[in-house]
This record gives sequence, structure tokens and C-alpha cells, in this order.
Amino acid sequence: MGGGGGAEPSAPQSGYNFAYLDEGTKRMIRRAILKAIAVPGYQVPFASREMPMPYGWGTGGVQVTAAILGRADVLKVIDQGADDTTNAVSIRRFFAKTSGVATTTRTTEATVIQTRHRIPETPLTEGQTLVYQVPIPEPLRFLEPRETETRQLHALAEYGAMHVKLYEDISRHGHIATTYAYPVEVAGRYVMDPSPTPKFDNPKMDDCPALQLFGAGRERRIYAVPPYTSVRSLDFEDHPFRVQDFTEPCALCGARGHYLDEVVTDDAGGRMYICSDTDICETRVAEAAR
Amino acid sequence: MLAPGFADPVHDAQATFRAVMDALARPGLPRPLTPGLNPPVPLTPELAAVALALTDADTPVWLDAGLAAEPAVATYLRFHTGAPLTEDPAGAAFALVSDPARCPPLAAFAPGTPAYPDTSTTLVLACAAITDGEGLSLTGPGIRGTVRVAPAPLPEGFVAQRAENHAGFPLGVDLILTTPGRVAGLPRSTTVTEG
Amino acid sequence: MYVAVKGGEAAIDNAHRLLAEARRGDPAVPELSVAQIREQMALLVDRVMTEGSLYDPDLAALALKQARGDVVEAVFLVRAYRTTLSRFGASVPVDTGQMAVARRVSATFKDLPGGQVLGPTFDYTHRLIDFALAAESEIEPAAEADPRADAAICPRVTDLLAQDGLIEASPPDAGAPVGDLTREPVDYPADRALRLQALARGDEGFVLGLAYSTQRGFGRTHPFVGEIRVGDVAVEFVPEELGFAVPLGRVRLTECQMVNQFKGSGTAPPQFTRGYGLSFGQSERKAMAMALVDRALRAEELGEPVVSPAQDQEFVLAHCDSLQATGFVEHLKLPHYVDFQAELELVRRLRAEFERKSESVEMQEAAE
Repeated sequence: MGGGGGAEPSAPQSGYNFAYLDEGTKRMIRRAILKAIAVPGYQVPFASREMPMPYGWGTGGVQVTAAILGRADVLKVIDQGADDTTNAVSIRRFFAKTSGVATTTRTTEATVIQTRHRIPETPLTEGQTLVYQVPIPEPLRFLEPRETETRQLHALAEYGAMHVKLYEDISRHGHIATTYAYPVEVAGRYVMDPSPTPKFDNPKMDDCPALQLFGAGRERRIYAVPPYTSVRSLDFEDHPFRVQDFTEPCALCGARGHYLDEVVTDDAGGRMYICSDTDICETRVAEAAR
Repeated sequence: MLAPGFADPVHDAQATFRAVMDALARPGLPRPLTPGLNPPVPLTPELAAVALALTDADTPVWLDAGLAAEPAVATYLRFHTGAPLTEDPAGAAFALVSDPARCPPLAAFAPGTPAYPDTSTTLVLACAAITDGEGLSLTGPGIRGTVRVAPAPLPEGFVAQRAENHAGFPLGVDLILTTPGRVAGLPRSTTVTEG
Repeated sequence: MYVAVKGGEAAIDNAHRLLAEARRGDPAVPELSVAQIREQMALLVDRVMTEGSLYDPDLAALALKQARGDVVEAVFLVRAYRTTLSRFGASVPVDTGQMAVARRVSATFKDLPGGQVLGPTFDYTHRLIDFALAAESEIEPAAEADPRADAAICPRVTDLLAQDGLIEASPPDAGAPVGDLTREPVDYPADRALRLQALARGDEGFVLGLAYSTQRGFGRTHPFVGEIRVGDVAVEFVPEELGFAVPLGRVRLTECQMVNQFKGSGTAPPQFTRGYGLSFGQSERKAMAMALVDRALRAEELGEPVVSPAQDQEFVLAHCDSLQATGFVEHLKLPHYVDFQAELELVRRLRAEFERKSESVEMQEAAE
């Protein structure tokens, strides 16, 4: 296993329940998850608990993961696509300690992947569950700050304001200026926030064989996209949705078509571009060396 | 004497939940469910497992006539879950149905509200069998193409009732179909036709 | 070339060791004990208990020690511990009318049954740094006052006003279960009990600022401090199997009852209205601020226009919790380079298009 982040199953820490949460809390979250799956894209309210990590740092994702995790699961945690960013390390350790489940950095080995801001480049498969950490679950929040209003807009499927906002971008900039947290329509009904993943990842959500669960702890919402469900990025006939492309390949593994991080290499304007997904990058480098 | 609950409450509840979650995420594809329970009849081990895994003091539970007629069932569920029992199907978070053929109309249960479609009833049915193949033809979220499945028995006029239930989407009830050793999901998002 | 994208695990371990070292400070200076914090930083402990929603002075003191004195961090530790505790049920409502008062002041009456009891307070002290405190010192014991004849009877001022119908009646206890925002997400509009719970847990600074704004015209409520009382009350619990109340212990509380702007109509005679504040320990500022904001949040119920932030329950309730606020503000420290990359790419593309456009305009102008 790469990245030093994988570990075999071990005995969980005593003093707390398996995966930290008490059984009553898990039941409540599990019920919310089932409703979320039954109504794709609808934000189910749930009584989010205070977790031993701060709001805004993944408490929603952590609660969802804690509620679904079983002893046989293999967990992967990424932040910005990487297994070794500090917050990913912290959350992975939390579950290794409180549940003792096996952890991995390999996308293909994981049964549950908790993520912040990226979808792995390696295509997900049936039986995998991707758990997103969500800061602001309400796609309409920046158009309408009031929950009482946005709830009505969803109830009526009244999404005109969102289209107006996107079209205003086009008239001002010539492009839709939303590059991440790009709104999507799920199964032809609810408009949903995909969490702040770059819109580059939006096409991966569509008709995905894996189950996608979204947890927003501070805002107390859980929502879901079942496997093989249509996820359409909002767009216009004359301005179809398109994703970012990178002119250069990854400087480490040479991949094209991956999302790249820009790394500033010196103070003279030097730049290099490397895969944001560390697992696929390491795998490709290792294969090339063989 | 009161029949015991899960042998391993934490992990048996998790395994039951995961089977139900997977079942609802992939409608019409039955999942293994072997809870190892021995509840008072006519409560089946699978109905009991779903109740023990998902219900508690926050979830009113409705019992069908067959289950309600047997006081040991209520005692068992009250003891192991603490869930309040209700006689009002529209007030139930979960409905346990031991005899699907005599299930009240789906419209009798809570469909949720436009603002909160999650405030609906989840029905858990004990079918005698769920076989793959001709019977019901399913399409919708969670289904790659079309899935065919044949649960039996089902409530009378089931396909028409389900069509009505689906027409109200996002309102509607979700169905968890159980049979000895297996569980399948039929969420409100699924389109059901005969075939 | 070395790319510094590795090493998260080692960095976290090292940072935590550094934190432990920084927490201890200079080892030549004696270490603080939890008891010292509990006894000598008592008001800080009270604040942590109030916002942490858990009455446990020792635990709050320990949290403060662990948090290096950071109040919000200490509240966080207490709350995260609180969520793991089993719930046995709800206590019988405490009766502050039966409080053994350590302090009790009313701004609405010069004297009243039970008297004004100043108690331990900063009020009327001169805020001059007392350099004598820099050295360890013996304190002079406070004089024991002779208790007044009516000291044992200390009715609430609002009860006195209510006898004459001068203040709106407190709604009777219908025995309905009280909501709990830690168990159910808030569904707007939230009822008054839930709003009070949110305010009690809310950040003192935020609630204070909102309360202040109502005094400056953003939702005026014409408040008078009917009464502030600080003291111990008994907590009782009715176990289902016993069916009668058993005492669990005593907690120190601060209660503030604001008497506010009256209302009346053609059919109802004018009456003062209420604002209510309650906090653990001695937290007067918090209880008063809470009472002012409580009253402001009742605007709609009392037929007043909702135009100011303190009257807007979605604004107040969604933003008063220090943990939610600090978590989300501080999460900006986390890496965001994936999203920033997407923005960089867009800005560069827009800039390139802008330059192409201006070049073509220049060329056109040159050609003309």
C-alpha cells in the first residue's frame, strides 16, 4: 500500500462505541441515509452531533462514514484528492482508532471512501460508497439565504433563479464563472450541490456505479445519489457544460486528462503541474518503474 | 420467556442496515440478510432485524393485523427497540407487514410533505418469496437499465398502487421487501410496471 | 525536484507534541491544577459550562486547562464529551422561585420582599489594576450580614407584577415535551423554548452584540431589568419505575427577567412583556443579553415588524453557536487548492480573452 496511509484491521479503542458514535445516533443517521437514497438529491435534515473535530472540517462526512462502517470495510480518506493531506490523515486515524477497520490509500481496494473536494480519477465500482464532506449543502443558499425560502423553492422545483444566475455569468464573462460546487440536477428532479469539488469531477457523478452519500454536519443535512442515477450539470443549449482541461501532462506520472495541482517551484514564476489524485499518480509512477 | 435480540447488537445492526441500504440503493436486487433472530411468530426474523436495526423511541411503528393480534410481538418489539406502537398508519415512521396480501392501501400511510418528503412511512413487508425474473419490471435511480423481480405475495393491485405512489414523487412511501434470508428495496423513486 | 506534498502524518504528530509543550509553558513555573482553575477562574468555568450545555465545573476547568484558556476550544471539548453521554431523561423543571440567592438585584423596584442582595459583583468596583494581587495574599473574610426578617421569601419580581396583571402571564406548563436542538435539527420557525436553548448555548460575545443592537434602535424593546438572581437550585428527577421525584443535586444558576415594552389593544388592557435569560453559574452578562434577544425574537408573536437582525430568528439561531461559527471560519485554513486551481484556470482564460479582444480592437484602430 502506498503513502504509508494503509493499515490492517486492529482492535478499536476502548471507552467509546465502535466508530465513536453511540447506537442511537447511528440509527438516526441511518434512517436519514435511507430517506436520502429514496429521494435522490433531496437534503434530509438530521440531528447532527458535536464531533471531536470542528464543524467545517468534515463532521458531516465523518458521521455518515461512522454510521455505515462495518468491521469488514476498508476505508480510504482523501482531501484535495490526496491521502496524505493533514485533514485526511487526521480523519483516517480517527476511524482506525475508534473502529479498527482496515485503511488503504488505494482507490481500488477501498469499500468506503470519504472525500473532501475531489472524486478519485480511478473509476468507482459497484459496491463502493463515496462519502462527501459538504460545507454548504444548499445549492440555492447564495441566491437566497433563508432556509424557509429555499425549502419552498425545492418543494416547488422552482430553480429559475439558479439558471438566471448562471446566465448572468455568461453575459458578463462570456462563460459560466462557477468552477467548483457547480450545481447539478439529480434524476430529473432536485437541484443539488455536489460539494466544492471542481466541476471537472461533475461528469464522474453521472451514472456512477458507486453509491454517493453527502454529509453536512454544521448545516445538518444528508443527501444521496444512488448508483446509476442521472446527474446533469446545469447548462444552456448555446453554452453547454464543459470541464477544465489542462494543456500539460502531470510532471510526475505523465498522465493527461487528470485534474492537476499547480505547484510553484521557485520565486521566478516556475510552475509544475502534478496529479491532485495521489493514489493514481503513485500507481502510474510505480508501474512505469517496473 | 422473551426471545433475545441481536447476539452482537452493534455489528448485527450495522450488517442489517447495510443490507437495507444496499437494497434501497439498487432497487430490485435482493441482498443477503441472515440476522439469526428467533422472534415470536408471525414476526419473521427479517422483519424483526429491520425493526431492531432502525427503530427506537423516535419512530412510531405500525403493526398489521396479524402482528397486532399476537401480544408477544408487541412485547418483543417494545422491549428491544423502545419504539412506540401506533394504530394510525399515517402516523407511523415504519410499518411492519407480516401479510402483504392484506396490506392496507399504500395511500393510507404517510407520504411526507412537499417541504419534508422524508416524513413518510417506510413499509417493511414479509414476502414468502422474492424470485428474479418476470413479475415486476423496475426502472429508475439505482437501476442499470431495467430490473425484473417477482416478490410474492404483494398487496392487491400493487402495480397500480405503486404507480400512484410514484406519481406523487418526491412524496410517497418506500418499501423494504423481505423474504427468508434476503431483503430487496423498492424506494418511491422507482417506476414499477408489470413485466 | 522535491515537491512538498508529503509528510502529513509526521507533521501532525510533531504539531501535537509542540502543542503539549506550549500548553505547559515554562516548566520552571508551577503547573495549574484543575481545582485552581475551578476556584479562581470560576466565571470562565461558568461560561464554558453555559455554552458547553453541561453542568460540570471540574470538567469545564479541565477543558480550559487543555485548551490553554481558549474559551471556544474549551466549549468544544465539553460539547464533544457531552454528545457521548447517555441520556436518562429530563429533570423536573427547576424552580428559581425557590432559589437560595447569593445575589439578587432589581432595577424596577427600590425594595421588595427578600430585599436587594448585592452579593459578589464587579458592579461599583473601580476598575483599577490591583497590583497587590500580583503577590500571593491573604484575603480579609467578608462580613456576615444579618439576614433580613424576610430573607427566606424571595418572590420573583415578575410574579409580583403578574399578581396585578401588569405583565403578560407566563404561558402555563402544558406538560408537552420540550424540543432539543441537539436531538432534532431546527425547523423554522422555532418555538420559544428552542430559541432559548440556542441562545443559552450561543456565544456570549455574539448574543451580547445582538442585545446591544436592540438598545441602539435595531429592534427596540424598552427593557428594564425586572430582576437578576444568582444562586443554587435543586435539580430533581422522576425515575419511571419510582414515579416520584428524587433530588439529583444542586446547580448554581443566573436568571434574568427583563420587563419590556407593554402591549395592548382595544380588547386587551396594556401589559408589560417578558424577556428571559438563564445561564449556568454566575453569568450575568450572558443572562441579560439572552433576555434582550429573547424579547426581540418574540417580535412576530407580539405583532411587531421584523426588521432588525436581532428579531430575525433564522439569522440569530443559525449564527449564534460559537462552535459552528469557529469551525466554518477556521476551516478556511484547510487546503482549498483544488478549487483555487479551478478559479486560477478560469481567471487566466478570461484574462487571455480580454487581452485578445483589446489587441484586436487596437489592430482595428490602427487599420482605420
